[in-house]
Amino acid sequence: MAPIVSVSNLSKTYASGFKALKGVSLDIEQGEILALLGPNGAGKTTLISIICGIVNPSGGTVKVGGHDVVRDFRETRSMIGLVPQELTTDAFETVWNTVTFSRGLHGKKPNPAHIEKVLKDLSLWDKKDNMLRELSGGMKRRVLIAKALSHEPRVLFLDEPTAGVDVSLRKSMWEVVERLRASGVTIILTTHYIEEAEEIADRIGVINGGEILLVEDKTALMSKLGRKQLRVDLSHPLEAVPETLSTYNLTLEGDGHCLIYDYDTSAERTGITSLLAALAEAGVRLKDISTRQSSLEDIFVEIVGAGR
Amino acid sequence: MNIEAIKSIYFFEMARTRRTLLQSVVSPVISTSLYFIVFGAAIGARIQEIDGVSYGAFITPGLIMLTLLTQCIGNGSFGIYFPKFTGTIYEVLSSPVSMIEIVLGYVGAAATKGVMIGTIILLTASLFVDLSIAHPLAMVFFFVLTAVSFSLFGFIIGIWAKDFEQLNLIPMLVIPPLVFLGGSFYSIDMLPPFWQAVSHFNPVLYLISGFRWSFFEVSDVNPVFSAAIILVFLAVCLSVLAWIFRTGYRLRN
Repeated sequence: MAPIVSVSNLSKTYASGFKALKGVSLDIEQGEILALLGPNGAGKTTLISIICGIVNPSGGTVKVGGHDVVRDFRETRSMIGLVPQELTTDAFETVWNTVTFSRGLHGKKPNPAHIEKVLKDLSLWDKKDNMLRELSGGMKRRVLIAKALSHEPRVLFLDEPTAGVDVSLRKSMWEVVERLRASGVTIILTTHYIEEAEEIADRIGVINGGEILLVEDKTALMSKLGRKQLRVDLSHPLEAVPETLSTYNLTLEGDGHCLIYDYDTSAERTGITSLLAALAEAGVRLKDISTRQSSLEDIFVEIVGAGR
Repeated sequence: MNIEAIKSIYFFEMARTRRTLLQSVVSPVISTSLYFIVFGAAIGARIQEIDGVSYGAFITPGLIMLTLLTQCIGNGSFGIYFPKFTGTIYEVLSSPVSMIEIVLGYVGAAATKGVMIGTIILLTASLFVDLSIAHPLAMVFFFVLTAVSFSLFGFIIGIWAKDFEQLNLIPMLVIPPLVFLGGSFYSIDMLPPFWQAVSHFNPVLYLISGFRWSFFEVSDVNPVFSAAIILVFLAVCLSVLAWIFRTGYRLRN
């Protein structure tokens, strides 16, 4: 199936001369959840802004549903819902009016039943007549999501949707995202919470310095880069790693109380059995053993660090 | 054409007018009444008729223009500047609307509000002075075209302005002197020759003169020339907007 969003060789240089994007190419499949990770200033928001039509590209093309975002902007923007990073709302409007306004802007005829459903899904129904300035930050975030869903988009962009949102609200937001995905909506989100991407995304893209460093299936990425660490706590501290264990590339930590062994779970032999035998042979007495899987965060730090 | 979007923007803007009814409708009515009391009754009683028109009636078209210009520029600029300021402009920019539809929504609402307030002032004025409109069609022509072109002008200011200072610069500092010196309260025949010549460089003179002609058939300049000036101004505003749309100036950069 053709990708729902296709970005090719996209570049953006702002008037100040800052190069926010340097030839980005990216295909997003229909119905997937893609998480875009990257440090501040990496170009995530610029990329989203160009796809949505807020910022003009300097070079390259973007297609949504096969339509060019500049030439056929009516088709592409009708398909897209955007939840921006900043909590920008019209303070003096009511929830109901602002969400209805969004639907009209997208050229859809009024449909109170749909608006009602969206507000109920986001637990905003009892706030529908409140003015936006009366709402808490988390509520405003939900209003922005409701606005983005008001015109039944096929692609939803969530730019750091859970920044400053408490845990329970974050959970309920992800439930909404799951439901949307189940209904066939493609979701692209940027987040700083890597565990979130790890939990809900199908694919992970890493962007830094205006370049896409990688886009990979999440599970493949985790297993490809997912290293495990064996930690051996010792009964008696060592001054140095014994000569006989030099082939294992061990590091000594905790003032000699702990040996760290990195291994690859996808390798044919992890080397754990022979390491433990070698430790016994060298007369090293063990107090405890634990293993730790590297998280997406470690992987992320590693990729971004290598890119610098 | 995305009619739903034009309607949405238009009614969204008109809803703001309803919310701010006191400041947007009552305040111009009060200030116009004050002008009538001060200039019409107190000072006007000592002034002879100008060109056969009583002084109170003579100043009415100028007073309507004063309010129309400041209101239309104010509404046109604020309508687009405020979403830029709060950041909600993202939604308009990411919607399937062309710039023409955005302008129809925002400028349409600003011009409607200007015409509404202008009409209210006209009605208020008729309580103080005896008004007759010699050429109703010409009056509506000047009235509506001025409202539309100055709302467009306001819209351009709103896009250009980077802060509230710049936003208020033209409506507060440029428009009032142009209106006051454009023959609102006098006929420029009453000025020394030098200042008469200077006045002819003031575009607002032509608006007021043409508008006054539609009421009383007296004017400082030929009304056809007045109509041409307003059409030229409209064309200039449309050209600037066309350039803004093409380049995305201060909106999509």
